[in-house]
Amino acid sequence: MTLSLTPKRKQKLYVLLGLVALAAIAVGLTLYALRANINLFFSPVQIAAGEAPFERQIRAGGMVREGTVVRNPDSLDVEFTVTDYVDDVRVHYSGILPDLFREGQGVVVVGQLHQGGHIMADQVLARHDENYMPPEVAQALEEAGYKPEDFQQKAADVAKRLEAEKAAGNRNGDGATSSSY
Amino acid sequence: MLTKMIPEIGHYALVIALLLAAVQSVMPLAGAATRRPLWMAYARPMATGQFLFVAIAYACLTASYMLDDFSVANVANNSNSMLPWYYKFSAVWGNHEGSVLLWSLMLAGWGYFAASFSRELPRDMVARVLGVMGLVCVGFLLFILVTSNPFERLLPHMPADGADLNPLLQDIGLILHPPMLYMGYVGFSVVFAFAIAALLGGRLDAAWARWARPWTNLAWACLTVGIALGSWWAYYELGWGGWWFWDPVENASLLPWLTGTALMHSLAVTEKRGAFKSWTLLLAITTFSLSLLGTFLVRSGVLTSVHAFANDPSRGFFILMLLGITVGLSLLIFALRAPRVSHTVGFSWLSRDALLLINNLMLVIMTVTVLLGTVYPLLLDALDLGKISVGPPYFNALFVPLTLIMSVFMGLGPISRWKETAPSLLVRRLWLAAVVAVVLGAALPLIFAERWSAPVAVGLIAALWIVLPMLRDLYDKVRRASTIGAGLKKLSLAYWGMQLGHLGVAVTIVGVAVVSNYNIERNVRMGPGDSVQVAGYTFTMIELTDRRGANFLADRAVIEVQRGDSNRRFTMNPEKRLYLATGMPMTQVALRPGFFRDLYVAMGEDLGDGSWAMRVQYKPFVRWLWLGALLMSIGGVLAVADKRYRRMATAPDPEEAALKPAGGDRGKEATA
Repeated sequence: MTLSLTPKRKQKLYVLLGLVALAAIAVGLTLYALRANINLFFSPVQIAAGEAPFERQIRAGGMVREGTVVRNPDSLDVEFTVTDYVDDVRVHYSGILPDLFREGQGVVVVGQLHQGGHIMADQVLARHDENYMPPEVAQALEEAGYKPEDFQQKAADVAKRLEAEKAAGNRNGDGATSSSY
Repeated sequence: MLTKMIPEIGHYALVIALLLAAVQSVMPLAGAATRRPLWMAYARPMATGQFLFVAIAYACLTASYMLDDFSVANVANNSNSMLPWYYKFSAVWGNHEGSVLLWSLMLAGWGYFAASFSRELPRDMVARVLGVMGLVCVGFLLFILVTSNPFERLLPHMPADGADLNPLLQDIGLILHPPMLYMGYVGFSVVFAFAIAALLGGRLDAAWARWARPWTNLAWACLTVGIALGSWWAYYELGWGGWWFWDPVENASLLPWLTGTALMHSLAVTEKRGAFKSWTLLLAITTFSLSLLGTFLVRSGVLTSVHAFANDPSRGFFILMLLGITVGLSLLIFALRAPRVSHTVGFSWLSRDALLLINNLMLVIMTVTVLLGTVYPLLLDALDLGKISVGPPYFNALFVPLTLIMSVFMGLGPISRWKETAPSLLVRRLWLAAVVAVVLGAALPLIFAERWSAPVAVGLIAALWIVLPMLRDLYDKVRRASTIGAGLKKLSLAYWGMQLGHLGVAVTIVGVAVVSNYNIERNVRMGPGDSVQVAGYTFTMIELTDRRGANFLADRAVIEVQRGDSNRRFTMNPEKRLYLATGMPMTQVALRPGFFRDLYVAMGEDLGDGSWAMRVQYKPFVRWLWLGALLMSIGGVLAVADKRYRRMATAPDPEEAALKPAGGDRGKEATA
């Protein structure tokens, strides 16, 4: 182990070669891991058009359509419809929904699309956006040829109406969290 | 009325601070370049004055919050008269404008301290360091004044009351986490300034490394605590018991931490052996650039998260410009000047130098993988190539094995010697540690857990492999002395700091391994009278009540917990709160913390029929995560207190100091 006696240049070369080799391995592994773990985003319009792959982890988002949230009375299973006011997709989920989950509000789910056209979600993320719609969804709709006024107004109307109803409900009742479903 | 003018005074103070910062950057840098002592002497007073005026501005904003001045847009948007005073105080940094102001305050503060504690540094070095810091200050003060003025008024239509602080932020976490994290982020600006100063001045010797090390350690210690606090806060605040999400915002703070850790180790080699000089400089530049990148990611609104307050593209653009200029300029200086300071020192492949090189490589690889996973989706989005997200599996798949590989070398590092270590010595001193680590690590989960888990065993082996060689080293060092007391006394604080820092890593590894694999989570439907068993504990819901807080209404569950068949019972009270001003619901978790396990109960949602969805969790060793981080940062601070950093006050000639190789205890060891 007396490499320090060999010319410094040689040592430098080894360091450099080692660095390049390590970097190559690291980048290779990273890209591989990245490929296997990317979740693409799809809106209901894209899912209806058949763009989303089946049985693969994807993210999907839109608004929770009012009146579609169905709870199983004996378990934590829940079903609801995610819509972009053009197309719908049904979502199955088992677990606790986030605090900000509400009908008429934006939501992003992570899960797998199944053959029947429904999503089995592992994760539900609620989004509170000023434009009442997750930006990804709005963009997907615009790319599908819809104009913002087609859906944005609708989304805003529904959300505002539900909020107004909720505020009225809160004034009448005494419960802190009068759930709307 | 003076109180009515507070926001204007603050605004004006910011403008003055900007001008002072401009002078602080131009005059000393020009003075150092042209060797004019008078110009260089501008650095200290300007740094002091700038800090003073940023502090005045900051105090003014705080006063506006405390006085409920809702004519100030920032206060109206982020505070409320019902808010308790301590949240009003911390709400200052709970928004974009205020947090950037806090950033600048800390930057100016670090500049002030660098000016105060640099009496024994050569004049041109001080001038350059403070000049570079002044430049960074100019950038951030301009950013505030141009795009994010916190003193904007809402006149004449001022609201009667404020919109309230985001309920998620109404927590002790907001008071502690951001200031600590910023101290870390911003603290790296000092070592960055030192690096640029070394490049400009063309001098980088052991004395330089000795000046730069304490600043690096302090910033790193703050960042460590800041990250740990953030993790702890997310753990109990977000209501589902995760402690690290690989969220881009978290990654943004992890990136400078990783390179900062590499920097600390590389600085050690630069000080002791005069090697890795350009590498050290590059790391210093990278670390601060990643701090800026983190600020950009969090503050520009490219990410949607709790941390992203504003969505103004001009701000994002401004920080991106700032980042681009900083990185571009400093890399240019590096490319032009680095050959002048670099210098090769030979070392064997089995030596502390080489092991630290490997440590650095591993940390840089970790940084690159995290950076790639964080920035890739943003780049694709920016280039309109699709919306993707990179999930935790990616980060875990890379980060965990890399950490394990690194811990193998962490076991060897502290035992080995500078320049060259005989393999036989390592084998002789470490074979026992290796055997014990493997046997104990594999056996412990078998003894204490219901089922054996390979990942936990591997984690424990890694942790023991880090700790046992250090114990052996401590034993060897003390054994050589006449008495144990004398042996312990001879050990330097820097040595203890290193020991503690590495122990912290081991403790964190244990925490991560155990809680990730033995964590038990049950989501159940519970009404009064229902009970659920988790990990030997019986959770029974006694009743559902409600209560009224200062600014919220809460549904509250009373849960009685009984361990096994023992008679000892205690109650836990999770809440679901509704904040009145914003109408936002929030989950208040009930925690029963313990050294070996946490019990965690959160209310999910009202299921309508008198029952609630409840999340009940058993989290073994979760505290160890943050305990480890705390140990690491204590280690970092302890190393700063080492007497060789104080001794430099009496070593007037840095050139002479540079000639002596090590000076400390480590030097004696190398020749032993």
